Amino acid sequence: MTTDVASGSREGAGLAEGGAGSARARRVTPYLPMVPFFVYVTIFMLLPTAFVLVGAFQTADGGFTLENLAAIFGQGQFLQAFGRSIQLSVVTAIIGAGLGGLLAWAVATGGRSGWLRQLVVAASGVLAQFGGVMLAFAFLAAYGFGGLVTVVFKAATGFDITADSTWLYSMTGLILVYTLFQIPLMVIVFLPALDGLRQEWYDASASLGGSSWSFWRHVGGPILAPSFLGALLLLFANAFSAYATAAALVSQGSPIVPLQIREALTSETVVGQENVGKALALGMIVIVIAVMGLYALVQRRAGRWLR
Amino acid sequence: MTSSRARSIARWGIIVLVGGYLLLPLVAMAEFSTRGDFGTRTLGAYAAILEDPNLIDAILLTVTIAVLTAGGMLFLLIPTMAWTYIRVPGLKRAVEFLCLLPLAIPAVVLVVGIVPIYQILSRATRGNALTLAFIDIILVLPYAHRALDAGLKSIDVTTLAEAARSLGASWPRVMFQIIAPNLRGAILSAVVITVALVLGEYTISSLLNYDTLQVIIALLGQRDAFIAVAVSLAALAFAFVLVLGIAIFGAERRRSQPVEEPAT
Repeated sequence: MTTDVASGSREGAGLAEGGAGSARARRVTPYLPMVPFFVYVTIFMLLPTAFVLVGAFQTADGGFTLENLAAIFGQGQFLQAFGRSIQLSVVTAIIGAGLGGLLAWAVATGGRSGWLRQLVVAASGVLAQFGGVMLAFAFLAAYGFGGLVTVVFKAATGFDITADSTWLYSMTGLILVYTLFQIPLMVIVFLPALDGLRQEWYDASASLGGSSWSFWRHVGGPILAPSFLGALLLLFANAFSAYATAAALVSQGSPIVPLQIREALTSETVVGQENVGKALALGMIVIVIAVMGLYALVQRRAGRWLR
Repeated sequence: MTSSRARSIARWGIIVLVGGYLLLPLVAMAEFSTRGDFGTRTLGAYAAILEDPNLIDAILLTVTIAVLTAGGMLFLLIPTMAWTYIRVPGLKRAVEFLCLLPLAIPAVVLVVGIVPIYQILSRATRGNALTLAFIDIILVLPYAHRALDAGLKSIDVTTLAEAARSLGASWPRVMFQIIAPNLRGAILSAVVITVALVLGEYTISSLLNYDTLQVIIALLGQRDAFIAVAVSLAALAFAFVLVLGIAIFGAERRRSQPVEEPAT
């Protein structure tokens, strides 16, 4: 503690020119090294977010208006896009959490340091966080025209799944391709929770005559429930925010909100609707923040047993 | 006995089915990208990657952005985060909150608000695509913060800094020659996740009209599906090797630590 005071005054002299003597400078100087970081995130994160929030309520020449928000609720295409985005996120969060949870369990029961686990975790990380555009091509290489699954399926059953190809670029296709990054994300976020389940608890339940089912019903399930719910919320937010995969797959039309924003940014805007893109962005922020807020609450509860 | 047998069957069944479902598109990519004429196999699409000047330019550009982003991220985060450990612990939560915030602001939303800032930036730099590094640093904050925070927690930052200061080291020297070298593992994983995210970044660069790797891949997909699939698979494989390498390296370090401990 004493060295702290000694070096504190010396550094005060170095950082605040000539202000080492004043008590005020000594109170402020410790915070000076934090300035670059706060300035940086203000310029490149807080300011842009503020532009979105303010712009959503502005006309093209800066006056206040509710027209942009009214357009979202008034024009069917925008409301439908929100509906589809939410539907896509809910469905893929459930599929992702279900299948990903199972895969995480299968990997976790193999122990913490097996080669299989390392492979699955690395592959999941790549698919969940790096996939983007490339997953759209992976999807088409498998299920698109002349894709591997298409060809094999046709050879086996005589049915061509691309005979009517519109499903590839509509909700069905989006759901399928989104599971390719939702399942891996579930594996990553749920593995730590499964690691928290101790073998001793299973053994204790078994030694009292409990079956595997009763263990999951009375011990494992209740302990994992908050983590599972948290993962569901995270997966929802992830799918809702995702842009790259859908943008690379769907080049015509804008079924979901992120693609509506693309349209608003890239096409000639209708006079009087210059800021509709910002209103759409505001809608996305409101939904994602609400979901992430819930996630933070659930996560606090989940942390109780998992030390 | 039968219960553990059933468990093992269920376990491998799930791994084969769900894992297979996820691997299938990747296998399909390998199959699709090696198709030649009349049912033969060829690596022509992979060779064509190196002959496409647009693609080479995009790869070089994106790698440069990745290097700038990683450097900028370390330069911004290490002193700031270390300082919260040394002198202003009250700001630790604030920094963490700001670093996690990008998870709640979708990139497609951020890009809407950042357009005016990039108009100024691109006028000042004549549309230099390297300015993307500024916004990429924001995108990697949540992951970089997590990696570096784990590193900072595992060393005694305050003692290191006080020892160095009492021997006359300047603060920049404390940050970059004393603390940073002790965070080697954390820095490595922060850099790897940064490089992976920048190489995979599409949302911001495509909406701001910069020709990064993913933008060119997406464009290629409309012209030559075989090359597009080949590049995609190569990029995924590259990222996989990178991430797996870090995981194995990390496991090695963890295993070797108890051996090192008695010596210190």
